[in-house]
Amino acid sequence: MTNKEFAKKIRVETLKMIYDSGSSHIGSAFSYIDILAVLYNKILKVDPKNTQDPIRDRFILSKGHACSSLYATLAIKGFFPINDLVSYGKNGSNLMNHVSHKVQGVEFSTGSLGHGLPFAVGKAKALKLKETKSKIFVLIGDGELAEGSNFEAMLFASHHKLDNLILIIDNNNLQSLTTVKETLNIYPIDKKFEAFGWDFSNVDGHDFNALHEVFGNFISTLNGKPKVIIAKTIKGKGISFMENSVDWHYKSPNKKQLEEGLNQIENA
Amino acid sequence: MRNTFIETLIKKAEIDLSIILIVGDLGYNVIEPFQSKFPDRFINAGVCEQNMASMAAGLASEGFKVFIYSIANFPTFRCAEQIRNDICYHNLDVTIVTVGGGLAYGNLGYSHHAIQDYGLIRLFPEITILSPGDPNEVNFCMDFIFNDKYPKYLRLRKAGENNFNQNKELKAPGFWNNITKSKSKKIFLSTGYGLKLANDLIEKNQIYNDFGIYSCPIWGAKYSHLQEKIANRFDEIITIEDHLLHGGFGSWILETVKEKEPTLEISNGFIDSSIIGRVGSESYLLEYFKIK
Repeated sequence: MTNKEFAKKIRVETLKMIYDSGSSHIGSAFSYIDILAVLYNKILKVDPKNTQDPIRDRFILSKGHACSSLYATLAIKGFFPINDLVSYGKNGSNLMNHVSHKVQGVEFSTGSLGHGLPFAVGKAKALKLKETKSKIFVLIGDGELAEGSNFEAMLFASHHKLDNLILIIDNNNLQSLTTVKETLNIYPIDKKFEAFGWDFSNVDGHDFNALHEVFGNFISTLNGKPKVIIAKTIKGKGISFMENSVDWHYKSPNKKQLEEGLNQIENA
Repeated sequence: MRNTFIETLIKKAEIDLSIILIVGDLGYNVIEPFQSKFPDRFINAGVCEQNMASMAAGLASEGFKVFIYSIANFPTFRCAEQIRNDICYHNLDVTIVTVGGGLAYGNLGYSHHAIQDYGLIRLFPEITILSPGDPNEVNFCMDFIFNDKYPKYLRLRKAGENNFNQNKELKAPGFWNNITKSKSKKIFLSTGYGLKLANDLIEKNQIYNDFGIYSCPIWGAKYSHLQEKIANRFDEIITIEDHLLHGGFGSWILETVKEKEPTLEISNGFIDSSIIGRVGSESYLLEYFKIK
């Protein structure tokens, strides 16, 4: 399966889950699907049949509200039956609307922002102590970056030379009410990380080849520095009427929007 | 207490290679022996408790037995959400170790008065609270910690405390330890530094001459179901703690003993909230201790 085909499948399943459950956050879930596709298709060393393998790579989703597309990814990869996705957000389901470690393949539950990176830093330190070569990948939102706990973790990661840690910032430039710049301007992101002693790369978060290349480079660069990929993305990417709109942080598609969305994804 | 803690931890760390000690830039003259003996398993996280707590969870999720160490209000209130979501929800083997419990740092002011920490920590059903009253009880608590795989809170005072608990072993968690070997049905029930306060009360007040002392150094939500049956063996219980009444150990006893025998009376010894904003030595501040 190509990255493009994989991403298309993730979008279809995610859209159906959000529609079925009448839930929110589809814009957030769609903005990093192309990153998920590259990670789970070609980059991460993970085995759906052995989720506790000590030498697996670990992926942590810190923007837990965007979990629907991660669940879809894991199901497509065979971590759990794809039919389970219909229970997303329903009574008694493990597939809750913020990412849950009760789901096969999920390393860590989040929902409150600013927890994923500090936890990932602990995991990265642990793997260094155990002399395990696995990598820790963690994805956070750009608005989330304002949480002070991230800056504590950024200091720690560079001080402890955690070059096994790869942070991806889903830089869709929209947060809960408006743009990142209008909310609490976090730019320039790259210079901040550079000042904290990290290697950084700015990349188009929807360019499969560029993503693949930067992941490959960062995985093989063991220079004592943690890495950050600032991925320029579009919130709601793949469905035109959802793209770049704060509304789709909250709204759930109706039947007509579902059909239009599926049509756009299929014909992309 | 601090010294007993670090000595016991060092001894155990020699055989248990999973033990990691993380300090929040505190522990001068206490933690150095661990640091020099196990430099790879010692981390000074710096002044950043949120990262310290989440990072501890990350390390524990990879199989390490993690201790985070700081002054009582810092690795608790400052990072309450990290304790809730990262350590407790994932039920990880992290022990939050605090020093300066109660009013031990009385002169340092309100920021350093740990008089609400039980209230916060006992909200979390996953956490076992360990609040030893003397160095002997620290040893007993460390035995529990080394054999337990879930979140824990160890509340220490400072150094130089006398030993009151001369028992050879501790009762199971949640049970009360008879300190004075008394058969009296009137008792002080202490936790933490309350053990010394209870001793002082008996020494200084004739009205308590017929009181025994029991301590309950291992407690919390996991052990709530045990309390009613134990309490109903007595006629009068006065809980003793160096903490505010609300949310504290005495409140826990009142909450857990729902069906009280008619013969049983329970009252509470605690630090009155009028202490907030007062500063002074521990003995001066303990004038705000009252029994109600």
